[in-house]
Amino acid sequence: MAVPKRKTSRSNTRSRRSQWKTSAPTLVTCPNRACGEQKLPHIVCKACGQYDGRQVLTV
Amino acid sequence: MPTPTKGARFGGSAAHERLLLANLATSLFEHNRITTTEAKAKRLRPLAEKLITFAKRGDLHARRQVMTVVRDKDVVHKLFADIGPSFAERPGGYTRIIKVGPRKGDNAPMAIIELVGGPGDESIVGEAERARGTRTAARTAPTGRTREIAEDAAAGSATAAAVAAEAADADAADDDLIESDNDGSEGGLESGGLADSDADSDSDEGDSDEGDDDEEPAK
Repeated sequence: MAVPKRKTSRSNTRSRRSQWKTSAPTLVTCPNRACGEQKLPHIVCKACGQYDGRQVLTV
Repeated sequence: MPTPTKGARFGGSAAHERLLLANLATSLFEHNRITTTEAKAKRLRPLAEKLITFAKRGDLHARRQVMTVVRDKDVVHKLFADIGPSFAERPGGYTRIIKVGPRKGDNAPMAIIELVGGPGDESIVGEAERARGTRTAARTAPTGRTREIAEDAAAGSATAAAVAAEAADADAADDDLIESDNDGSEGGLESGGLADSDADSDSDEGDSDEGDDDEEPAK
């Protein structure tokens, strides 16, 4: 079975992990005028539960 | 020819996938609306619509073909007795998939798949939307407060002017027919809104269970 020859150095570990990045999601304003929250596009608004003028979730 | 499904089978094997989709279809017809992952909803849609097409045909052969997928006789009965006839006028597109965002836990994108025009559907189409004239709102003539506001704002905004014009058109048409129609919606804002949405659902679908859902206030 293949085994590592060397311990992974702190430097290598940290260099590798420096690439773990988050990105901000794209948000749009809820088209429901009574709500107006930021929401994910093409997805039901979590705040008011409406999508495309239709009440989808109960809030 | 339908597009072949791409990617791996659900559940690992073809048999497992078949069972999984059959269970999803059974649940969908039983509850009219189910929440599942986006991928499953997308794979369920063609199967469910095919079964509904069988239900619309309604003969014994169709029923036996559906029974090979949906094993629950109660559900098959509901499908043939209620769901199939309710889609008699609709040439396909019986289900609607609405994305509801990632699931907590594994971040899987979730979706709601539901039968179009089923109970609980078309529940809230608010007066505000009709005033705006969004796509989903039923195009009925604005009455009551909506109309007053639209007429006030007609000078300032093209949309409001259009709404006011529509109200005036409908008024002219209504005069010939029925006078009493608008009386219910002339009251306060709240009662006006409820009366309007009632009228909507009646004219749209003719479904029996709509009354309950109209009680929720439009947001």
